[in-house]
Amino acid sequence: MKISNEEVTYVADLSRLEFSEAETARMGEELGAVLDYVATLNAVDTTGVKATEHILNVQNVFREDEVGQSLSNEEALANAPEAESGCFKVPRVIE
Amino acid sequence: MEYDIVIGMEIHAELATKTKIFCSCPTTFGADENTHTCPVCLGMPGVLPVLNKKVVEYATKAGLALNCKIANFSKMDRKNYFYPDLPKAFQTSQFDLPICVGGVLDIEVGGETRPIGITRIHIEEDAGKLIHEGADGTLVDVNRCGVPLIEIVTEPDMRSAEEARAFAEKVRNILEYTGVSDCKMEEGSIRFDVNLSVKEKGSDVLGTRTEMKNLNSFRALERAVHYESKRQIIELKKGHRIIQETRKWDDVKGVSSSMRSKEEAHDYRYFPEPDLVPIVISDEEIARAKAELPELPEAKKARYVSEYGIPEYDASVITTSKVSAAYFEEAVAAYHEPKLIANWLMVDIPAHLKERELTMETIPFGPSALAKLVELIKSGAISGKIAKSVMEKMFEGEGDPEAIVKAHGWAQMSDSGELEAIIKQVIEDNPKSVSDIATGNKKAYGFLTGQVMRATKGQANPQMANQIIRKLVEAQIGKTE
Repeated sequence: MKISNEEVTYVADLSRLEFSEAETARMGEELGAVLDYVATLNAVDTTGVKATEHILNVQNVFREDEVGQSLSNEEALANAPEAESGCFKVPRVIE
Repeated sequence: MEYDIVIGMEIHAELATKTKIFCSCPTTFGADENTHTCPVCLGMPGVLPVLNKKVVEYATKAGLALNCKIANFSKMDRKNYFYPDLPKAFQTSQFDLPICVGGVLDIEVGGETRPIGITRIHIEEDAGKLIHEGADGTLVDVNRCGVPLIEIVTEPDMRSAEEARAFAEKVRNILEYTGVSDCKMEEGSIRFDVNLSVKEKGSDVLGTRTEMKNLNSFRALERAVHYESKRQIIELKKGHRIIQETRKWDDVKGVSSSMRSKEEAHDYRYFPEPDLVPIVISDEEIARAKAELPELPEAKKARYVSEYGIPEYDASVITTSKVSAAYFEEAVAAYHEPKLIANWLMVDIPAHLKERELTMETIPFGPSALAKLVELIKSGAISGKIAKSVMEKMFEGEGDPEAIVKAHGWAQMSDSGELEAIIKQVIEDNPKSVSDIATGNKKAYGFLTGQVMRATKGQANPQMANQIIRKLVEAQIGKTE
């Protein structure tokens, strides 16, 4: 099953990725192969098998509502490519 | 053509936990930018979120208070989108298995009771704050990132701005009573999103809806619904189509406008959050949470009417706030005059609070002081008029009403000898009133009473003054006849 160029571009857009035409075609092939592989599961008879809601067989792991140590403003912004007035600075998102 | 308005709502309420949903950073409002962060809420790679126990407890309580079914099994999911208010590039939320489903809340508008369906309540994390003003870029404050929220989603059951407002107010009231959220509108701890469409009257086919997000006052909510429903009807009458979109409500200009942001198409590609394990709540735990629920506004209102005998209207005004209800109950416990206490809480106290920019949380005197004030009036120690001056002084921080009355010499004049002397003087000074009464104009009695109150600076006991005035005037008329 090949994934169409449009689908690849759409998913790439959502993921903020940019592909050349050749890459888009290759992604279509590769994603198709991945989906085909997963689709082999469809061959298994799952009648009577409970649906998996979560992969971990663990439940109710909680923490108590107790305040711990936060980072300082300087530490928080240490890796920021750009910062201003104690804030992270990103390209303007509203016109 | 007539149209029906169809409204559904999404209500986000920040939960009153001390810490964030997945990390131990504090949730306090108003801290300096980016001082309540850690690798978890900053979205650093390799961190492990752990769910705050209180979040589950509060969401369960909220669900029970809103008549929902609590799910025995629920789980967290990732809602993927790129926007700088979420450094992880996904919001941890709940998708197909929310913690509460299928609730209902009755609202009363114009004497009619209408049930509003609650589709679901799920838990999720709040996003950070974006600051667009001034800077050439956008500034991001991550403090709010990871503050726990519940999102309450309704069925499209509301039909007017008034219903939308009534529902929003009721939900806020219940959440406040339940103690799961502080519901401070001005701090954005409760926010309303409205989905609105219009359809031909009586038709079963829903129109295209628009969404208005983050309405943060009841007034804004009501106005936004009025405006947007009118706009849609006008568009349809012009033969235009309604475009499904998010619109921004400008409360200053009183208009909604199409929101142009760089936010991508809404394709969230939800999937189960692999770092967080499912939440399992037993029936016993649900029953326990139910038993722990405090008395809710509806029940309180009914009890005030039956137990305290105050009118339903008074009961509903007082129970609109948990704090004023508690204040009322304490005052009534101190001095059992529920109606008189209710009157102060509905009229004079709100006026003072407004004037002084205070709230029931910051009122400078306690319920026992209010009870004392009412007792002073009831016992005849002060007049109702003086009581208003006493309250003024109580708001000015002078403390105990009895001490205020004493300090200002405001005790009601109930010594008939002293009062009689003053009244004699008043009658002597106003011979015209006496002759008016003699010729049948009984209204002049009122004038004389007024003069006596003036002469005593309002301290005369009015009933006693009236009796003495009548006695003396009649005696005088009798003499001249």
